[in-house]
Order: sequence, then structure tokens, then C-alpha cells
Amino acid sequence: MTEMASPRTAATSRIARLLDSDILHSFLRSKVTIAAAFLTLLFFAGAIFAPIVAPHDPFDLAGISILDARLPPAWMEGGDARFLLGTDDQGRDVFSAILYGSRISLAVGFMSVILAATVGILLGLTAGYMGGRIDAFIMRIAEVQLTFPAILIALLIDGAARGIFGNLDREKYVFWILVFSISLSLWVQFARTVRGSTLVERGKEYVQAARLIGIPPFLIMIRHVLPNVLGPALVIATINLALAIITEATLSFLGVGVPPTQPSLGTLIRIGNDFLFSGEWWIAIFPGAALALLVLAVNLLGDWLRDALNPKLR
Amino acid sequence: MLAFTIRRLLQAILVMLVVALIAFTLFRYVGDPVNQMVGVETSAEEREALRERLGLNAPVMVQFARFIGHAALFDFGTSYQFKQPVADMIGKRLPATLELSLVSALLALLVGIPMGVYTGLNRDSALSKFFLSVSLIGISLPTFLIGILLIFVFSVNLQWLPSFGRGEVVQIGWWSTGLLTTSGLKALVLPAITLGLFQMTLIMRLVRAEMLEVIRTDYIKFARARGLPDRIVHFRHALKNTLVPVITIAGLQLGTIIAFAIITETVFQWPGMGLLFLQAVQNVDIPIMAAYLMLIAFLFVVINLIVDILYFLVDPRLRAERAVH
Repeated sequence: MTEMASPRTAATSRIARLLDSDILHSFLRSKVTIAAAFLTLLFFAGAIFAPIVAPHDPFDLAGISILDARLPPAWMEGGDARFLLGTDDQGRDVFSAILYGSRISLAVGFMSVILAATVGILLGLTAGYMGGRIDAFIMRIAEVQLTFPAILIALLIDGAARGIFGNLDREKYVFWILVFSISLSLWVQFARTVRGSTLVERGKEYVQAARLIGIPPFLIMIRHVLPNVLGPALVIATINLALAIITEATLSFLGVGVPPTQPSLGTLIRIGNDFLFSGEWWIAIFPGAALALLVLAVNLLGDWLRDALNPKLR
Repeated sequence: MLAFTIRRLLQAILVMLVVALIAFTLFRYVGDPVNQMVGVETSAEEREALRERLGLNAPVMVQFARFIGHAALFDFGTSYQFKQPVADMIGKRLPATLELSLVSALLALLVGIPMGVYTGLNRDSALSKFFLSVSLIGISLPTFLIGILLIFVFSVNLQWLPSFGRGEVVQIGWWSTGLLTTSGLKALVLPAITLGLFQMTLIMRLVRAEMLEVIRTDYIKFARARGLPDRIVHFRHALKNTLVPVITIAGLQLGTIIAFAIITETVFQWPGMGLLFLQAVQNVDIPIMAAYLMLIAFLFVVINLIVDILYFLVDPRLRAERAVH
């Protein structure tokens, strides 16, 4: 049991150290970071509790009326107090649509990052620990993958999915197609970072000790090395969450993401874009602002986390 | 140098083969090419005849070899959707995309490098902090959103610049250029800013980080001690040594710019390859998708190759290192 206990205690003591010192201190010292964290939490809460918080249900056809279509925000002339940020062309409340939209944006973002992190960390760990041909093979794939921009890969996968499933069936699987194609371009960064840290950890004494007493490589990797390489991976995960949200929004804006019946923030902007010239700017600009704020907040958190975990980079 | 170039060339060919395999798989196995080319009323015999004529009954390896042979001549067959040769369609739209991408890349370099140098030298000035905050916003805002905001401000509200299309173009041989007419230049402004902004912020941050490193080195201190004017120290001594990573990133970014052009072209209805590709994805027009993929991969590989060779020209240390090994 002793060999199992050591990384655990290391992890708990790390949490204790974390609460005790630098990281918490640097968090409380930076007003920008506190604001970013607050904003992120606000978005999460709004997205999770959208059915409770939102004043209207934009997907309930009985609840929306075409008579309410294209109303400006409440404070403008002709605005309606029921619709704080105005309504779109079908009479849906823009504010509620944003809450429901962030739900889908965040869901796709989180699933993509979780999938990418799992695959990337496992491959990076294997590459770094095993070395040799396995390492060369995995890193070569990563290199080729890195040459192609995320958007291009996602578009190709979407095109292929349309060919395979047909347009109607595609809508059923679109969530998973998006998650798959976004994570396909994100795993490389996890793999590279974790591989780098694993190479360092591999030479340390605790790994040698574990090998000496005959623990199989797989267990050493998972129980001993993994907890020690998770820090940098966490930074990558935060920054990649912003990236995943942007990619999903872009795909939806281009018309290859989630369908207008279940709009994400990107879909909402796509819908609103058609009304920009006729003066109904709020249909596109508010979801756009929401997207920008969300991504900015997550990016700021990621920046802070990177600096806090690695003071050398500052 | 020669051995290095040959090795890189072989790697490039390998990458192109892998991409060709993906494009071929798309073409051959996503949907049935024959079904896409004929109408519903075509008989089974006619379909079989077409299948034979297209060589779809040959062994897969033979088909792949033929595909590569055709691809090398940029022959990707006929578009399912438009019933026109894919090569012609892409050729017509290539100038629009390349002009947009190159202007954006130039913009990013010409604005990004000076901003980077300035923020690197004057770390704590108010203007530097302003540039850095703006750059964070530039990185956080998705490209399409920047485009929409620019359209909203400059086309809808101020009505200064057009929001879609290329304006008037002049035909020079097979190349159509929008750089020679006023309306063409006007139409280029917003898309070029949209496309270049992300790269600009990236280059600025990179140059800044490199400048901060270089400025601390001994040879800069020595240059100052010799009493050289700031201008020469900053630009001839410091900036020159930051250029290696900048070239790498700028080179790699040129590929990204071409891919990101898909988004910008959609926002501004710019008649380039990206818009064509997006329409092809939406309509499962596999020949266009395959051709675009191969073309982009080719551009990437060529750019990477040029960047690698540029290294040697910019940084003499690399030449020396290679010689030792």
C-alpha cells in the first residue's frame, strides 16, 4: 500500500499548499482575474439553470408569438419590458436564447476538451514514458495533425458526415460530430505538453523506485507519473475550452454546426447577421457580445493559471 | 544544406501522399461517385458502363495511383453540383483568395512587428499596456465576430466601405485583380483587417517576448556601451535576432490565413476558394472538397519548405551547427 499512498499524499499536500500560498494569493491580488472568474461562473450558472433563470422558453412554440417579432431592447423606443434584449424574427426573446445558446456552446466546449484531454494525456504519457518507436509514431501523427487548422479538419469531417449520414440523420448526431471534430484538433497540444513533462518525470527517483519493485509500466504511468503532469494539462484545458467554444461558434456561424432549432451562440449570430442591414442589430450583436465576454473571461483565467503555476513564464 | 533540403523534400512528399490518401478515401467511399453523377432515371447498365469508364472497378491501389496521377496535373474531375471541371472553378477563384491572404499577411507583419518592438522596448508605458489589452481582445474575439462588428460599424452605420464582394476587378491574363481599382481596394479593406487581426496580435506578442529576451543580452549592452544610436541598436542588433521565431510563425500563419479565409470569405461574401469550399461541404460536393484539401496541403508544404530554408539564410548559427554534425 505504501507505493500507492505516496502520490496520494503528494496530491493532497499539493492542494493544501495551493490553498495556503501563492496561487490563492495571486488570485486574490489580481482584480482582473477575480472579475473573469466571476463572469465565467455567471455564464456557467446561467447556462446550467437556463430553464429556471430564463424569462421565456425560446423553444416552446406555444410560448412565442410572431406578433412579438423584431422588438428592440427594452430601453429603446418601441421596446417591450418583457423582452430585456429584444426579440428575433420569430418573436423569441434574445436574452433567453442567449442563456439556452450558451448551454449548447458550453456543452460542446466541455465535451470536446474532456475528450481531447483524455486522448491527448494518455497518448502523451505513453509517448513520453515508453519512448522509442511508439514515441516517434505518436509525435509524427501529432505533427501532421498540427499542420491543418482546426476549422479545416472540422469542415472536412462535417462534409464526410453529411455524405455518410445524409443531411437529416446528421442533425441527430451533430452534437457528437462537432465534439469529435473539435477534439481531433485539440488533443495534440495535450499530448505534446504531457509528453514533455513525462520525459522529465521519468528520470526522477520515485519512478525508478517504482520500477525497481516491479510495478508494471501501465500502473506507474497512471498512478505515479500522471498526477505529477496534470498541472500544465490543466492550463491547456482552460485555454482550449475558449478555443473549443470559438470553433463551435464559428462552425455554427458557417452553417455546419448545430441547427437553428437548437441554436448555440454561433447559430444565433448567424441568424442575426441577416438582420444587421435592416436595422435589427440586437439580434446579432448581443449574442456576439455574450460569446466575446465568455471567451475573454475563460482566456483571462487561463492566462492567470499559466502564470500562477509557472512563475518563470512571467 | 543540400542534404537538409532533400530530407525536407522527402518529408513534404510523404505528407502530400498522406493527404492524397485522405482525399482519395473521401472521394471513393463517402457516397457513391456514380450516383452523384447520373440522374435517377439512369439504367443499371448505363451506371455500370460509367463505373467502368471512370475506372471504379479497378483494384483500389490502381485507383489510388490514378488519383495521384490526376492530382499531380490538378485534374479532380467534375463538380457534382455545378457540372464544371473542378480545376477551372478553383483557378477562377484562386486570385481572390491569394490577394486577400497576402494583403492580410503583409498587414499583420507591417503593423505587428513595429507594435511588438515598441511594447518590448517600452514595457511599462501606457501605450504598451493599451496595445497588450487590445491584443488580448483580438485573440479572444472569433474572426467572424470581428468581421460582423466591422460591417456593423463601417458599412451599416458609417457607410464608408462595402460589406460584400470584391468590387470591380481587372483581368490580367488568367489572374483577376482587385488591387487596381478604387472599388476593389475599398472592398479589400474590411476583409483584410478581419483576416489579419489575429495574426497581427500573435506577431506583436511574439516580437515583444523575443525583444524582452534579446534586450537583456550582453551584446546589446555592449552595443549601447559603444555609443551606437538607439535606432541602430534596436533595429539592426535586437530586432534582427528576434526574426527566426517570427519567420517560423509568420510562415505557418500564412497557411492558417488561407484556411481562415474560409470564414472571412463567408462573412464578406468574398468570391474566393474558401466560399467555394464551404458550399461544397454543405452540398457534399466531394471533388471540390478533395481538390481544395490537396491545394491547401500543397501550399502548406511549400510554405514550410521555404520557411525551413529561410532559417539558414537568417541565422548563421544554424549553418554552423549543421556543419558540425
